[in-house]
Amino acid sequence: MSTTTHHNETQIVADPNLPTIVLVREFEASPELVFRAYTEPELVRQWLGPRRLTMHIDRYDARTDGSYRFRHIDTDGTEYRFRGVFHEVRPHDRIVQTFTYEDVPEGVSLETATFEDLGGRTRVTTTSVVDTMEARDAMIASGMETGIKEGYERLDELLAGMK
Amino acid sequence: MTEDRLSQVFAALADPTRRDIVARLASADATVNELAEPYDVSVQAVSKHIRVLEDAGLVSRTRDAQRRPCHLEAEVFDLMTKWIERYRQEAEERFRRLDAVLERMKGEVSDTETRTEGQAS
Repeated sequence: MSTTTHHNETQIVADPNLPTIVLVREFEASPELVFRAYTEPELVRQWLGPRRLTMHIDRYDARTDGSYRFRHIDTDGTEYRFRGVFHEVRPHDRIVQTFTYEDVPEGVSLETATFEDLGGRTRVTTTSVVDTMEARDAMIASGMETGIKEGYERLDELLAGMK
Repeated sequence: MTEDRLSQVFAALADPTRRDIVARLASADATVNELAEPYDVSVQAVSKHIRVLEDAGLVSRTRDAQRRPCHLEAEVFDLMTKWIERYRQEAEERFRRLDAVLERMKGEVSDTETRTEGQAS
């Protein structure tokens, strides 16, 4: 995964020994801005949900001991509901939260995002930890459908709009 | 490849001895006896590891009664790599939307505030 066309391309590590998924991505913005985009519901709504689905945020109280719940709604009305708590929100630095898909309430992942200041740019490292290798693999598999369907359509539009 | 199958592959590779076996089969086919040689375990134990790898579709054994060498099914690794790559691409797509959000935010910040960018790198 070393040759890429986009210089900020996402790096992924899915360790064969640990039930974790690590994503590393750099952004052309300060940790302050990236942190806002991760914590202000109106901004979160603009990027977190899959393209095909409408994202409804019931609550997004991104501070230590806060909680969140959001729904992805399909065109046929099907809802996918997610919720969790913010264990620790340290401004511009680190967010630790739980994540659960409500249809599988016993499945909980612990998600840590760190924001590293690269001098006006930011490196975000997100680590998801679950309790079994099977749960980790299911997480990887869950990305399949939307990944195929959407491809890069939406970001092509976004990038075109930015020029 | 189904989710169960993928889980089986990951589970099979979670064991260090099995990963070592896979690494050795990557260079050449080998019999269970040959594979067992460097380890301080019984041929039966290695045979059990091979069965796990076989069930996961990572290794096949020809039905040659005398030798039955183990063969690595390399295409399974390609499939796994593809699944992980798809997951990565989905994350990348999400992060490019975040890129766009950040660009818009920068525009708003410079509209409302005086930007100070005097820092030397």
